Amino acid sequence: MEIKELEDFATQVRRDILRQVHKVNSGHPGGSLGCTEFFTALYQGGIMEHKPEFNMDGKDEDLFFLSNGHISPVFYSVLARSGYFPVEELNTFRLIDSRLQGHPTTHEGLPGIRVASGSLGQGMSVALGAAQAKKLNKDKHLVYTLHGDGELQEGQNWEAIMYAAGNKVDNLIATVDLNGQQIDGSTETVLPMGNIKAKFEAFGWEVMEIEDGNDMQQVLDGLKQAKSLTGKGKPVCVLMTTVMGNGVDFMMHTHAWHGKAPNDEQLEKALEQNPETLGDY
Amino acid sequence: MKTYTDTGKKDTRSGFGAGLTELGRTNPNVVALCADLVGSLKMQDFIDEHPDRFFQVGIAEANMMGMAAGLTIGGKIPFAGTFANFATGRVYDQIRQSIAYSGKNVKICASHSGVTLGEDGATHQILEDIGLMKMLPGMTVINTCDYNQTKAATLAIAEHDGPVYLRFGRPKVANFTAEDQKFEIGKAVRLYEGEDVTIIATGHLVWEAIQAAQKLSEKGISADVINIHTIKPLDEQAIINSVKKTGCVVTAEEHNFLGGLGESVARTLAENHPAPQEFVATQDTFGESGTPEQLFEKYGLNADAILKAAQRVLKRK
Repeated sequence: MEIKELEDFATQVRRDILRQVHKVNSGHPGGSLGCTEFFTALYQGGIMEHKPEFNMDGKDEDLFFLSNGHISPVFYSVLARSGYFPVEELNTFRLIDSRLQGHPTTHEGLPGIRVASGSLGQGMSVALGAAQAKKLNKDKHLVYTLHGDGELQEGQNWEAIMYAAGNKVDNLIATVDLNGQQIDGSTETVLPMGNIKAKFEAFGWEVMEIEDGNDMQQVLDGLKQAKSLTGKGKPVCVLMTTVMGNGVDFMMHTHAWHGKAPNDEQLEKALEQNPETLGDY
Repeated sequence: MKTYTDTGKKDTRSGFGAGLTELGRTNPNVVALCADLVGSLKMQDFIDEHPDRFFQVGIAEANMMGMAAGLTIGGKIPFAGTFANFATGRVYDQIRQSIAYSGKNVKICASHSGVTLGEDGATHQILEDIGLMKMLPGMTVINTCDYNQTKAATLAIAEHDGPVYLRFGRPKVANFTAEDQKFEIGKAVRLYEGEDVTIIATGHLVWEAIQAAQKLSEKGISADVINIHTIKPLDEQAIINSVKKTGCVVTAEEHNFLGGLGESVARTLAENHPAPQEFVATQDTFGESGTPEQLFEKYGLNADAILKAAQRVLKRK
């Protein structure tokens, strides 16, 4: 896809995020809107080789694990629009008897999901296991993850980060969404994490940065560069700066929309800023 | 009365190690993980034969459980080994979300369970793990009684598709079950046929139950003795059938009476055939340092405790 097409795709995904969350008056729009370009690049921008017909074992394809599961609206939208399940199913987000649970899970058999996430800090460990299985299976494909920056406060991440470098798990690309926000405020005020880049480097990772994680070209170029760094004895970390709530002016640069749905009026305003491109579900 | 012969004391953890070694040779999908307790878990033979299929994660149990979940995604059957305390309580949420809720085919292999790890004391003596694990939807919970049964269980769980908690221990104990036994998950093993009282035991308490039954026999009381190695799914029919015959039951386990085998038996009977029950178990307490024998004596977990519980419950019929 050309950049313009990818941007249009992302705009439609933003509409999907807002409409999913608005309909049930719950869910997490802020981080979802901030990571829209990332998901679009991964699944539509030719970064991942993936199979929408979906096989849990994921042999001979790249894998993705969402560790910060609360940004499920963006994940669901991109999976649906990539052919994993009918786009109309986005209508069932967070409703009773739905496969689109509040946080992603394998439990209801939603194609595209390989592990439950929501309780934070667990995704990198799971990805490490999957990456090691790929090596045992002589499968050259890669394993991708996404983590929130606030999520790095969970200690299990650092067990995994230590393991990955110590065991040269170099078929793993872990992206951290640096939006500087968490539920109770900015990461600086809640629990300052210091220099995340220096921390990953000190643990022995190859670290690279995407300065504007909401610029499609930068995200594409950054992830391509990350791929080129795999297979060299080190796990790869991508520090991607995004703006929480990106694409909706009144949701940007604040933690207020981390887990809050827009009302009717706010939805209308937000959708005006993101005109329909591929067609609403 | 049938006699059960101790063929020589062995630790159940060695049964696990022997089973894992055999699986290494027979099932190429079996992989193993350990959190810095290879010697204690008897995993060295497996590692020597298949170094590429072993993952030493260091003292990082949370990461180990997550990695085990991830390995299943490549079609592997991971056996993750550590002490029972660190295999359950320390990593409950990791097991809950990444393994149980995600339906991953992970085998959690827990040594040094209960008080019989001995001198290390209560920090390491988990008496709550059966309860923690049996509450997780979809989790199979197994507590084996001797070396041979532990080895057989280790082989059997590799064939079972789904998460399993396999609980065993540290001390050398009587090895009395058949070497060539076929281990059937969820199937009770009848040790004695009796009419007066049912004794249902799991883990290290099974041998104690046999001793108790022999002493009861000398007093003219016949006990129906059942070895429950699988606490979940529980062989409810075997329990109901036995208690319908005897009218009372003693449960025996190296675990807190809250959340253990005894409560599962009580629920089964309450729903199907209410009967007086006595619980040989720890009484909502932590353990302490001591030898396994001293601890069994102090916490009322030996043959004598089972004998007395049987006498009490008979009076309540």
